[in-house]
Amino acid sequence: MKNILALLLGTLFGIILVKAEVLSWFRIQEMFAFQSVHMYGIIGSAVVVGAISVLIIRSLGIRSIEGNVIEVKDKAPNYKSAYLGGTVFGLGWAMTGACPGPLYALIGSGTTIMVLAVVAGIIGVYVYAALRDRLPH
Amino acid sequence: MPLTLSMENFVNWISNPWPWYVAGPIIGLMVPLHLVMLNRTFGISSSFRHVCAAVVPNRLDFLQYDWKAESWNLVFAGGILLGAFIAAQYLSIDEPIALSAAAVERMNGFGITDLSGQHPVQLFSWSLIGSWKTLLFVIFGGFLVGFGTRYAGGCTSGHAIMGLSHFQMPSLVAVLGFFTGGLIMSWILLPLLFA
Repeated sequence: MKNILALLLGTLFGIILVKAEVLSWFRIQEMFAFQSVHMYGIIGSAVVVGAISVLIIRSLGIRSIEGNVIEVKDKAPNYKSAYLGGTVFGLGWAMTGACPGPLYALIGSGTTIMVLAVVAGIIGVYVYAALRDRLPH
Repeated sequence: MPLTLSMENFVNWISNPWPWYVAGPIIGLMVPLHLVMLNRTFGISSSFRHVCAAVVPNRLDFLQYDWKAESWNLVFAGGILLGAFIAAQYLSIDEPIALSAAAVERMNGFGITDLSGQHPVQLFSWSLIGSWKTLLFVIFGGFLVGFGTRYAGGCTSGHAIMGLSHFQMPSLVAVLGFFTGGLIMSWILLPLLFA
């Protein structure tokens, strides 16, 4: 059941990433060059809707469809790694023109060379795991 | 939006690119949909970690965990692939993205003159696999995305959208990092690479 729902959500998300051009290298370059409101509008309005949703879920004590209490886990308070890792990711984001979701969407929509970017990303995770103890967090 | 509701108008509307004020709020709904339907927080970059834990033999603490308990995240990633396929095949018109004039000028300055499609074919094509620039952008770029998201503990979905939606300070710091890296690449390194 969980997998069916995850597949449906993923499909919806994939459609939006294409239809709103979020997976576009051009749109990402335009964003970092401050040449259009498009990406800022998308991320900003998504956060507003997300924040209102979390407030509603919390204040009404809404439960999951399985009847469980919804736990919105806090992010680990590791500010150094958030900033340094974020910076590394930002460099990659502006090169590939895609964050992880759009990388999958690019493969699906026909830019299949991005399979190599995903494989490289998985290697990146491995290298991080190997160096983790030596990196500032 | 069409004033008169008809199937033709609907198909026409859905086939054109969606404006940010339509797409953004739907992406925002990923947050409550994940919480209510899956009782999980929204995020995608963890899928790289799950694949790594599943397929790479290792004894690293960071990759020793029950990834099968999070396999829904891999199914979600598969859904993105499927949805993108459907959108590109059946719900799209083949027109260049309506970039701002300034962005078009900047792309031309980079030597990127073919602005058709979603990604520049002059960089991201199998036929260019021998070009150092393509390898750099695809493979080194992908490496940085995987390394950076795990180091930061999330990506645009997990930090920028999910994290900011419940006011997480580490997520705000991560987003500042995303833009630090993105702006360095965009304003300093890309002009050098495309010089």
